[in-house]
Amino acid sequence: MSIKVVLPTALARHTDGQKTFTSEAKNLPGLIAEFNEKFPALAENVTDENGKLRRFINVYINDEDIRFLGGDSHEFEEGDEIMLIPSIAGGSR
Amino acid sequence: MSDSSCTVYELKCPECKKGFGNVPMSACPDCLAPLEVQYDLESVRGRFTKESVAAGPASIWRYKELLPIPAGHQPDLPVGFTPLVKANRLGKRIGANNLYVKNDAVCFPTLSFKDRVVAVALANAQHFGFDVVGCSSTGNLANAVAAQSTRLGLRACILVPSDLEPAKILNTLVYGAKLVRIEGNYDHVNRLCTLIADEYKWGFVNVNLRPYYAEGSKTVGYEIAEQLGWKLPDNIVCPMAGGSLIRKIKKAFAELVALGLVEDKPVKFFGAQATGCSPISHSVKNGWDDIEPQRPNTIARSLAIGNPADGPAASKMIQATGGYAEDVSDIEIVSGIQELAETEGIFTETAGGVTTAVTAKLYAQGRIGADELTVSVITGNGLKTTDALVDKYEQERAVKPRLAEFDAYLRETDASLITDVAGNEQLELVGGSK
Repeated sequence: MSIKVVLPTALARHTDGQKTFTSEAKNLPGLIAEFNEKFPALAENVTDENGKLRRFINVYINDEDIRFLGGDSHEFEEGDEIMLIPSIAGGSR
Repeated sequence: MSDSSCTVYELKCPECKKGFGNVPMSACPDCLAPLEVQYDLESVRGRFTKESVAAGPASIWRYKELLPIPAGHQPDLPVGFTPLVKANRLGKRIGANNLYVKNDAVCFPTLSFKDRVVAVALANAQHFGFDVVGCSSTGNLANAVAAQSTRLGLRACILVPSDLEPAKILNTLVYGAKLVRIEGNYDHVNRLCTLIADEYKWGFVNVNLRPYYAEGSKTVGYEIAEQLGWKLPDNIVCPMAGGSLIRKIKKAFAELVALGLVEDKPVKFFGAQATGCSPISHSVKNGWDDIEPQRPNTIARSLAIGNPADGPAASKMIQATGGYAEDVSDIEIVSGIQELAETEGIFTETAGGVTTAVTAKLYAQGRIGADELTVSVITGNGLKTTDALVDKYEQERAVKPRLAEFDAYLRETDASLITDVAGNEQLELVGGSK
């Protein structure tokens, strides 16, 4: 199974400018574990001292906020597009 | 900024406390928290006084020393300084003896408080050299960006949810802005705008210019304090969409206290939302310091942000002041619009219906005391959301231009209007006119 991960420019500075890449992660905790392995600087940037995603990051699965889908327990599906966006405007936290 | 005639300010991260100067940027690159403008208040002490403010224009620019305005910017749009009216008739109806309405439905280019934030944001957009500006909007912001960008000679591309009120769409198109309707709610539009700002290098007032934009909201607080005779109220009731406005009013009060313009006192902040989109009031009611996003379903579309950026901070702030947050149904929202119009002659949009209905509820619950000095903040004009009142008022039959016909019609429809003219002999009726 393969998913597509999309990052904004602000986060791509931790992936040598790579704004999209594929992943085999099955869920969000799995994706963060993969960041730790492949892009440690990115992992450090998007997670807090407990290894959890910072509260200022929003995660979307295709067009849906992951919090409406069950959060950490949501299982990714083949071909999903996972987008990480820092909170910046009126919407998003 | 180093110009000695200007206030010193810069973007700071509220979490890790790093400073970033003045750049079009909204999130801390290290901890990703939303950046805020922080001032060196000492740089204006002695220059920002009651006298200097009184000598300024009747607009938000009378407070420009406390706004993030680039050196040399010469604002010329008469934005703000809206009426603060004592609401005795509304107060009588809801049990309030000392209630004021801050009426941001008037005195603006596009008749909402969003003209305040856009005036500040676009001053910075020009300064940073953006040719194209944009926003994601539930309507009022779209109107303000469209009008003011035209005035400044900037091109605008505005993105809105496709189901926006027709009046708000028309009020954007009329200024010649490019309007893009997006299939989805505000949260979808907003997400797209963050991607566009990243890709297109446009100046999005509520994305990469957001820290500056948000500061414009403070002027509501400055005006309230000044119009109360340089004192603070006991309570503020404020509508909440993203949760920014209520926080910025508090920031305004804190700055006035720090500069010695008003005496410090505890002010309780009360938030107002529609039940169909009430993530912040839900958080306050549960005593949380975070919010759970919701899928919006309310006629108050200008407040319909299910995932509010400043929601957690607003919730915490409200609780810390001893205030509260309430929400009201769509039926109550319409009643709130009607009640404010019928009592105070102020026609507000659905967001104002929310605020008015919540204000009444807070008095009824005893959360606000009858004699406390309370300000209810009305943020937009009712002409923008007339569809909320469709079917509320029937048009009666037309009457022929004959006095007898009129008399019969009045006796049939509202005889109470017919007064005893015989008792008014002292009134000399003068005919004519045009």
